[in-house]
Amino acid sequence: MLISMNWIRDFVDLSGLELEPLIRRFTLSTAEVEDIFHMGTDLKDVVSARILSVAPHPDSKKLHLLRVDAGDRVYDVVCGAPNVREGLLVPFVKEGGRVAGQDIACAAIAGYESHGMCCSEHELGISADHSGLMELDPQTPVGVDLTELYPIRDIVFEVDNKSLTNRPDLWGHYGIAREFAALTGRPLKPLETVALSAFDALEPIDIQVLDRDLCFRYSGIKVRNITKKVSPVEMRIRLFYCGSRAINLLADLTNYLMLEMGQPMHAFDSAKVDRIEVRRFDTPFSFQTLDGQERSIDPNTLMICSGGQPVAVAGIMGGLASEIEDDTDSLLLESANFDAVSVRRSAVRLGLRTDASMRYEKTLDPEMTVPAIGRFLKLLLDIDPDAQVVSRLTDVYVKHYPTVTLQFDKAYVDRYTGIQISDGEILTTLGALGFAAAQDGSGFTVTVPSWRATKDVTIKADIIEEITRIYGYDNFQISTTVSPLAPRKKSVENKTENFAKDILVQRYRLHEIHSYIWADAKKSRELGIPVEDNVRLVSPQSPDNEVLRTNMGPTLLGVLQENRSFAADFGVFEVGRVCRGKRPDGSAIERKVLGAALFSRVRGERELYYALLETVLTLGLEIKGLEPSFANIPPAHSFQHPRNTAQITFAGQPMGWVCTLHPAVAARLDRRGVAAVLELDLDAFSALEPQELRYREPSRFPGIDIDLSLSLAEGVTFGSLQPAWAQVDPALLSEVTLVDTFSLGGQRSMTLRFGFSSREKTLSKEEVQPVVDGIVAQLAPLGAKLRA
Amino acid sequence: MKEKIEALRARFEAELSAAKTSETLEKLRVGYLGKKGSVTELLKGLKDVGAEEKRELGQHINALKKQVEERLAAQAEALKTAEENLLIASAEQYDVTLPVNEAQGSYHPITVVQRQLEEIFTSMGFTVEDYPEIVTDYECFEAVNVPKDHPARDMQDTFWLDNGQLLKTQTSAAQNAIMKKYGAPLRAIFPGRCFRNEATDASHENTFFQMEGMMIDKNISISNLIYFMKTMLSQVFERDIQVRLRPGFFPFVEPGFELDISCLICGGEGCPTCKHSGWLELCPCGMIHPNVLREGGIDPEEYTGFAFGLGLTRLVMMKYGVKDIRDLNSGNLKALSQFKHE
Repeated sequence: MLISMNWIRDFVDLSGLELEPLIRRFTLSTAEVEDIFHMGTDLKDVVSARILSVAPHPDSKKLHLLRVDAGDRVYDVVCGAPNVREGLLVPFVKEGGRVAGQDIACAAIAGYESHGMCCSEHELGISADHSGLMELDPQTPVGVDLTELYPIRDIVFEVDNKSLTNRPDLWGHYGIAREFAALTGRPLKPLETVALSAFDALEPIDIQVLDRDLCFRYSGIKVRNITKKVSPVEMRIRLFYCGSRAINLLADLTNYLMLEMGQPMHAFDSAKVDRIEVRRFDTPFSFQTLDGQERSIDPNTLMICSGGQPVAVAGIMGGLASEIEDDTDSLLLESANFDAVSVRRSAVRLGLRTDASMRYEKTLDPEMTVPAIGRFLKLLLDIDPDAQVVSRLTDVYVKHYPTVTLQFDKAYVDRYTGIQISDGEILTTLGALGFAAAQDGSGFTVTVPSWRATKDVTIKADIIEEITRIYGYDNFQISTTVSPLAPRKKSVENKTENFAKDILVQRYRLHEIHSYIWADAKKSRELGIPVEDNVRLVSPQSPDNEVLRTNMGPTLLGVLQENRSFAADFGVFEVGRVCRGKRPDGSAIERKVLGAALFSRVRGERELYYALLETVLTLGLEIKGLEPSFANIPPAHSFQHPRNTAQITFAGQPMGWVCTLHPAVAARLDRRGVAAVLELDLDAFSALEPQELRYREPSRFPGIDIDLSLSLAEGVTFGSLQPAWAQVDPALLSEVTLVDTFSLGGQRSMTLRFGFSSREKTLSKEEVQPVVDGIVAQLAPLGAKLRA
Repeated sequence: MKEKIEALRARFEAELSAAKTSETLEKLRVGYLGKKGSVTELLKGLKDVGAEEKRELGQHINALKKQVEERLAAQAEALKTAEENLLIASAEQYDVTLPVNEAQGSYHPITVVQRQLEEIFTSMGFTVEDYPEIVTDYECFEAVNVPKDHPARDMQDTFWLDNGQLLKTQTSAAQNAIMKKYGAPLRAIFPGRCFRNEATDASHENTFFQMEGMMIDKNISISNLIYFMKTMLSQVFERDIQVRLRPGFFPFVEPGFELDISCLICGGEGCPTCKHSGWLELCPCGMIHPNVLREGGIDPEEYTGFAFGLGLTRLVMMKYGVKDIRDLNSGNLKALSQFKHE
């Protein structure tokens, strides 16, 4: 929103103050100022001047040769404006002057010297009108600087609208002026209005508010015999500086009022609209708004009607049919208050966010509608004294907001601020902002003004903000908190996650990535992985990003494929969320998981698979002191290999999987590379009780290793052989390790090393041989015999 | 006999100076000191001389023996050194400037910065809390005082799910649960992914990270908030940071602030980065709204507190000069693999 300091100065005397520092203080105390513009500073030697004579240019139909009296002397000027005529009083830039960012020098135009330039309003920077020369009041003396004639010089600043969302009172200059009054400690002048009681004897307007939940107040008045059509220059300059476009006097006045008081108004041609109904319709219909667009109106949209005929979308925009036109001489003025949410929803639905709807969305003060009419009449009658009010003020006040009264004591302010702000300062600040504040001992009772009481100020903490922002946060003495000492434990989830990342990055050299919680259907199609049904987004940004991912696999495979040119051998991981469907109550089953995937054109698939199994083992041992177990399971996801998908189990709880790829997916991923994927449920893993570290005295005696080379029958795994030595005393058989395994001629071989040791003595081969024989005997029925 | 000894000595010296390999040295040793060596033979010859002569000659022969031993050892040492020097001289000198093909892993830059922040906060007694990404209307809005009709709840801003839940739009969604979990006094930070249903471009993402923090205790004041933010941010940026507070509206705080820091580029003088204001808008903060405390089971008459939200993603972009926010979620290893250490 653009704010004119000239306008502000109508309401608060800022004489003797530097304005820019004051505007910067406004940023720190009220709302963010985004930009400051210095208007009219670019004009030099622009004066009122009279065209003494107009002669046609011999070679041009458009150009004229003028003699212009600028007070100091008469200038020869070549001018191309269509409205030149003898006797016309215009703004004139003398040679050597400056306008519209240009220095004006004596120049030859089509063979004739021109010693200056007559200007349009556009060139002066006070309107968008460049249809012809600006025509000054014929009574104006010549040779007067334009900046003295009109308030062209101004400082205009732009406030970030977002920083005003909670302040309905700041959507007009008067509210902003109140802030400046509080900041400078100077009084705020009252708004000059017409006393509406003077019209009490006149006929009321027929105003029916039928949807009383959406229209809180509707005030109206009728005026006729309006003869002036064009707004005064001063008013047009302000409108232009504040981003509005001058149209005609009545439309300009409603805009001016809105910019001044923040109250949107609508002027109906009372020849077309002479009564008002405020209502919704049961069936949708089409309605043409002022901007000429056909809008479809649904049953939720509140409409202003006259005799059953819709004439405006309430709080948003009027209809084209009842528009004020050039021959309009009578009006029905609307000053109303509508439900903020309803206006916002309708504006969003219609795709029509107007200056009016933007203000209604903020929950405007309904107390403002009547003073706004008084102010409108004051301005209108000042400009057009012949205008005549022909109805009494008609005011349907449906919803009054309750008066908000707050009580607090000085200790509360001291505690909340942490500094000392005096009683006097509290009272002065609140008073300047329009709060009625009274002190009784250490207690304060504050009545919130109506313009802050619609939603903005409701509790005593809100009062703290009022006091402190005007006091100035830069003026705060800052101090550290004083809190009792209390040790705090690191959360196990955080610790686990960080530790796991360290292992994956530092030991396994994986790259951490971030992705999205939803499935990427496009990428999945490329990889031939159907997106699994799951919880969906209601309004996804693309239909391909609609379904939440059930697991990390497709995400990571997509990342692998996108990075194939990065390296011949690499791995990635992500700690992220997946959604495993819904609980019976409908809530999503969200899990934090660790997903990792390896890609290689150097190593084989088997190697990658084992590398991931080892990764899980390392995570288990280093973070929890626990060893996982793995078992082949049927795949749960289509990309998983039907034979090489293993379930990860810790402490008896399944909590993830490792897999290679289904050949169909593998072929689409890359023709030459192979991949393997892992997912571990980090929520479950974090929750595992860690195995405490136990120290054992090392044995003083050397142990003895016995290697057994076995040939295995079909389908025999290492795991299936374990029962063969399960019964041996672990104090004797300290570990069993794999030395080698290979397949030769369809026969699988495995060499196992059995490590025996004793805490009492050095073992001899003879002593352990019976135990080894026992193991060999047990191995035979399990499908493993000693290799010849 | 004496002459014989001296002749032998002279012969040894001559042969020794000619010996250039360890093999010839060994031959010399055997030839002089071995069982049938010349010196050994001389000693054997002593049995044929008289007792008096024997003692004198014995001394001479033993002196020779000692000399031979010492000279042989010294020569052996010299030869060994020479051989080693030869090995060194002929050894390949490895090229230490060769490019090393050492693959390293990498952390996501969000992780890097998040850990730096976690360290600062844990050193000040804050716990680090984790929170789900799929939350309820209550957690994300109602519990933190966002009214029913607030625009933030609209479809345009929030990713609603078909089961009625939503993807959290702000880390504040965790406030209520954390208050209920710990009660007051409380110091916690809670980093997390947040989601906004808005179009993406170089500076907008629908999925990004925030880190929120709150501190609740008796007598926590605005003065404390400003002090804390200044101290904390000076740690984060590793320099003395000036802060300034402006009124800002956020439903979960009262008063609420926009916090600006002195521009990191120009130090406050004014430059294009800070649009010549000397200040950079950094993070929202404020005193926790009494309704939020009450909803979290904490009595706002007894306790007060402050909360702040740091744009983790934005901090990463500022810190590393990441120009396109989309790089962070791209999975593009050419970008991400650069963050090899913390």
